[in-house]
Amino acid sequence: MIGWALGFGFAAISIALAMNLWRLIKGPDMADRILALDTMTINAIGIIILGGIADGSGTSFEAAMLLALVGFVGTVAYAKFLLRGDIIE
Amino acid sequence: MSNGFSLGEILASVLIVLGASFALIGSWGLVRLPSLMERLHGPTKASTLGLGAMLVGSIIYFQLVKGEWTTHELLVSLFLFVTAPITANMIAKVHLHRLRLGARPGPAGPPASAGADSDWATYTAPRAGTPGCFDED
Repeated sequence: MIGWALGFGFAAISIALAMNLWRLIKGPDMADRILALDTMTINAIGIIILGGIADGSGTSFEAAMLLALVGFVGTVAYAKFLLRGDIIE
Repeated sequence: MSNGFSLGEILASVLIVLGASFALIGSWGLVRLPSLMERLHGPTKASTLGLGAMLVGSIIYFQLVKGEWTTHELLVSLFLFVTAPITANMIAKVHLHRLRLGARPGPAGPPASAGADSDWATYTAPRAGTPGCFDED
C-alpha cells in the first residue's frame, strides 16, 4: 500500500516540477522566475523525502534539510539583488 | 488489521497522497493563475500543507512501521515554516518594486509611492550614512 502511495507521490511531484520548469522558462517577469525556482526547491525537498521513505533509511533527510537551508538563502539573495542592486550592502 | 495493512502504513499512505496532491495543486496554480500576486498564493500552500503532510507521513512511517524515531523531519518542517513567509514577502516586494519601476504594467497600475518615513517598504531611499546610500560619496 505504501508502494502505491509512493508511486502516486513521485508522479505528482514530477508533474509539479515540470509545471514549475514551464513557469521558469515562460515567466513574464523576474519575480515569476524567483517564485518558480523557490517552488522547485520545495518540490525537490518533497521528492527527496519520498525517496527516503522508499529507501527505508533516514540518510537522505540531511540532503532535504540542506536544500531547505540553501534554497531559502538563494531566494532571499536573488530578491535582495533585484530590490537593492546588491546582495551584501 | 484484518486486510493485512497496518495502521501506520495506512496513515502514512494517506498523508503521502495528501501531501503530493497539494504539491501538485500548488504548482498547477503557479501555472494557471493570471497575475503574480495570485500565483504567489498557490506554492505557499504547497510548501506548508503539502510538505508538512509528507513530513508527518514520513515520521509516522518510520515510527510505526520501521520502529525507529527520526527527528530530521521536525527540523526540516520547522525551518520551512519559519522561512516560507519571509520568502513570499521578499517575492511580493520584488513584484511591487518592479511594478513601480515600470518594468511591466500591472492590472491596477503602479502602486502608490511609499511614505518618506516608512521603513519596511520597497522603495524607501537608504538614509544618509547607512551603507546602502550611494548619494553622499
